[in-house]
Amino acid sequence: MPAYEVVVDVMLKPEILDPAGQAVSNALPALGLPAAASLRIGKHVELSLDAADQTDALAQATAMAEVLLSNPVIEDFRVRLA
Amino acid sequence: MTARIGVVTFPGSLDDRDAQRAVRLAGGEPVALWHGDADLQGVDAVVLPGGFSYGDYLRAGAIARFAPAMAGVIEQAGRGLPVLGICNGFQVLCESGLLPGALTRNSHLHFVNRDQGLRMEGVGTAWTRGYQAGQEIVVPVKNGEGRYVASEVVLDELESSGRVVARYTGSNPNGSSRDIAGISNLAGNVVGIMPHPEHAVEDLTGPGTDGLGFFTSVLEALVTA
Repeated sequence: MPAYEVVVDVMLKPEILDPAGQAVSNALPALGLPAAASLRIGKHVELSLDAADQTDALAQATAMAEVLLSNPVIEDFRVRLA
Repeated sequence: MTARIGVVTFPGSLDDRDAQRAVRLAGGEPVALWHGDADLQGVDAVVLPGGFSYGDYLRAGAIARFAPAMAGVIEQAGRGLPVLGICNGFQVLCESGLLPGALTRNSHLHFVNRDQGLRMEGVGTAWTRGYQAGQEIVVPVKNGEGRYVASEVVLDELESSGRVVARYTGSNPNGSSRDIAGISNLAGNVVGIMPHPEHAVEDLTGPGTDGLGFFTSVLEALVTA
């Protein structure tokens, strides 16, 4: 089976407070950088896996995200080919 | 027969020995359980201790939740086995779905390590029946990801069904929703608590002995079961 590079991005749901993102955002003006209207930090996961085709690759990554990579109580995820 | 209380050690667990000691001080027989062993050795109850299982990699408790020992804990919890998750153990219980909601990064970003006032509320559970409703106790809290969150629907359900086991008094150490420090499942056999009752079982080593009640409660519950 061919190898595929897949990306899973996991972010806290919008309604969940992200204090780390807020802290980083607050640091921007102190560094002379432009202010961000919003800044939230998540997890970017890069996978290499064997799959029958693109659909299969995305399905495998989705299963990984649903079971392990993302907590559906507090997180959303997106899957895409790299 | 002395009740046997299992304490699971995951890679990175810190407070397993303290939990074993608390069981012993309460009059029970602690049984060390290894995360990789599916056999729970017929224990009468299980404690999931505090610490940093798997270094909190990915999410606190996210990997420990899949340990072979947890398969037995989840199955037996469904049949009434008393399970107490302390701090990291609470995180494991939420990740495994035995309790609703999730624990997230403290809202002020600081790791908090201090003696904390709690008000006991849900005192019908196997682990809290020795307390009075409204009783205020002092137990150490030490966490960086202790902020309990859940949807408004779930929070309302927890409140209305009496499943909020304990609430922070004074200052909320992590910003948890509705000052929730601990919750239980509907049946009352599974309890998750962010503070550490096992660190308040002796005057010499803690702020007092207010935490001992968690362990004496379950022993009493097992005797009368």
